[in-house]
Amino acid sequence: MSNGKYNGYLREGVRRMGAVAIFFFRILIQCVPATGRPRLIVYQIFNAGARSLIIIMLAGLFVGMVLGLQGFELLQRFGSEETLGTAAALGLLRELGPVITALLFAGRAGTALTSEIGLMRATDQLTAMEIMAVDPLRYVAAPRFLGGVIAMPLLAAIFNIIGLFGAQLVGVQMMGIDRGSFWSQMQDSVEFRDVTEGVVKSLVFGVACSLIAVHEGYHSEPTAAGVGLATTRTVVASSVLTLLLDYVLTAVFIRG
Amino acid sequence: MVVDVRDVHYAIDKRPILSGIDLRVRRGLITAIMGPSGTGKTTLLKLITAQVTADRGQVVVLGRDVAQLKGSEIYALRKRMGMLFQNGALLTDMDVFENVAFPVREHTDLPDPLIRKLVFIKLQAVGLRGAAGLMPGELSGGMARRVALARAIVMDPEILIYDEPFVGLDPISLGVIMRLIKQMNEALGITSIVVSHDVQELSTIAHNSYLLSSGRVAAAGSPQELRKSDSEAVRQFITGSPDGPVPFHYPAPDYNTQLLTADEP
Ligand SMILES: Nc1ncnc2c1ncn2[C@@H]1O[C@H](COP(=O)(O)OP(=O)(O)OP(=O)(O)O)[C@@H](O)[C@H]1O
Ligand SMILES: [Mg+2]
Repeated sequence: MSNGKYNGYLREGVRRMGAVAIFFFRILIQCVPATGRPRLIVYQIFNAGARSLIIIMLAGLFVGMVLGLQGFELLQRFGSEETLGTAAALGLLRELGPVITALLFAGRAGTALTSEIGLMRATDQLTAMEIMAVDPLRYVAAPRFLGGVIAMPLLAAIFNIIGLFGAQLVGVQMMGIDRGSFWSQMQDSVEFRDVTEGVVKSLVFGVACSLIAVHEGYHSEPTAAGVGLATTRTVVASSVLTLLLDYVLTAVFIRG
Repeated sequence: MVVDVRDVHYAIDKRPILSGIDLRVRRGLITAIMGPSGTGKTTLLKLITAQVTADRGQVVVLGRDVAQLKGSEIYALRKRMGMLFQNGALLTDMDVFENVAFPVREHTDLPDPLIRKLVFIKLQAVGLRGAAGLMPGELSGGMARRVALARAIVMDPEILIYDEPFVGLDPISLGVIMRLIKQMNEALGITSIVVSHDVQELSTIAHNSYLLSSGRVAAAGSPQELRKSDSEAVRQFITGSPDGPVPFHYPAPDYNTQLLTADEP
């Protein structure tokens, strides 16, 4: 019926993706001089990390405990409950750690980034920097982007450690699996490439979520409503893109 | 001639905002740009600071045609200007001291003790040395504007641009800001461009003024000349009458028709 409308959406989508890609390259170029101010980047790592830390730890604990229950129930059917450690570790490392961390990061640190930068835009702070001959891409956008990219794998690692602890809590303390076999099974069968997969995933998600958060804030309408809308877009776009990229990366790792 | 604007046309979404502006700012003088709300005064400042480029015509600042400049050259030019935003536009994640120090830290390698001295001198000039440790959120509107002024002059610019420096100030703060504008100009020889509606205030400090109306220069000259002008637009603006060549109403359909048809969906 509305082929034209469909084309319009398609064109708008391609245009937006192009705009984000150009923005990505402009930030990447500014990342080099931005490393000349390590304090700014460290502050942003701390900022993004500290904002999400509590929620990541809580989520990690509960996800790990659920993994322990479900895994125990499933493995018991095959009489191999002592492999629970392996199952939990692989699930967390390769899948749940990076993905859930990214989703929580988008909702907590990502929205904060977007609204912060959007408010700087709305109150002329970015324009004022331009007039003072300071590139806001270098001073505001690049450090926040880098901070997010570095914080993401660290947060995912914390999520994984707490998640394992949660799985162990349920499996060993509640269900009575032997503590020794829980850990030794895990150490025997988790390979280095499982760790690589997790780290690569959370780095990619870190780039995607930070880029979207900074982009939406930087280009938000300079009004209260505009900043609110941009914040919502950050959550939606980051979540969808994270899950999509997760499928692509999983396919690559399993075939490669 | 520090700023030379020649026959500049500028439109947003095909709606003409400026249509043929001619304006000159001479070195060492205070030039006032006045005009009713929405005539494009802020837009004109954006053209002068190279945030946007004209559709037609030429903007020459400090001898450079801004439309011809590359990104790095625009930044080099801007280092010679300072601008005061209406709300101050202070960076909210640092205190007053760091806000004023910001351009110095970004553009020079001065040792820290020297930066501290410089910042305290500028803060003293605007009377806010004691507020150095406050965050921007803890300042009143007038104080924020004075801090922004200290920040704008910390790099010793040749041109200082003020966008609506008097809006929403009590008489004392207003007097302080006026005196500061005059001082900056007389003591430091900074060429100043002041945008405002405040005819009374401006006429006491400006050497030269332009009255904009509907995207054009309606009148130009010294404040005394403007006051004596027999142009109707000028008279209307100075006496503050809603009737005259300068329309008070944004373009709209006929009032009676709209009221009579208001109950139709
Ligand atoms: N981003 C924009 N999009 C659309 N129209 C705009 C935009 N910015 C400004 N305008 C329009 O341009 C015109 C001039 O705006 P400008 O801000 O330059 O006016 P002004 O003279 O500074 O007014 P005021 O005294 O109220 O500050 C206004 O009619 C405004 O509606
Ligand atoms: Mg304005």
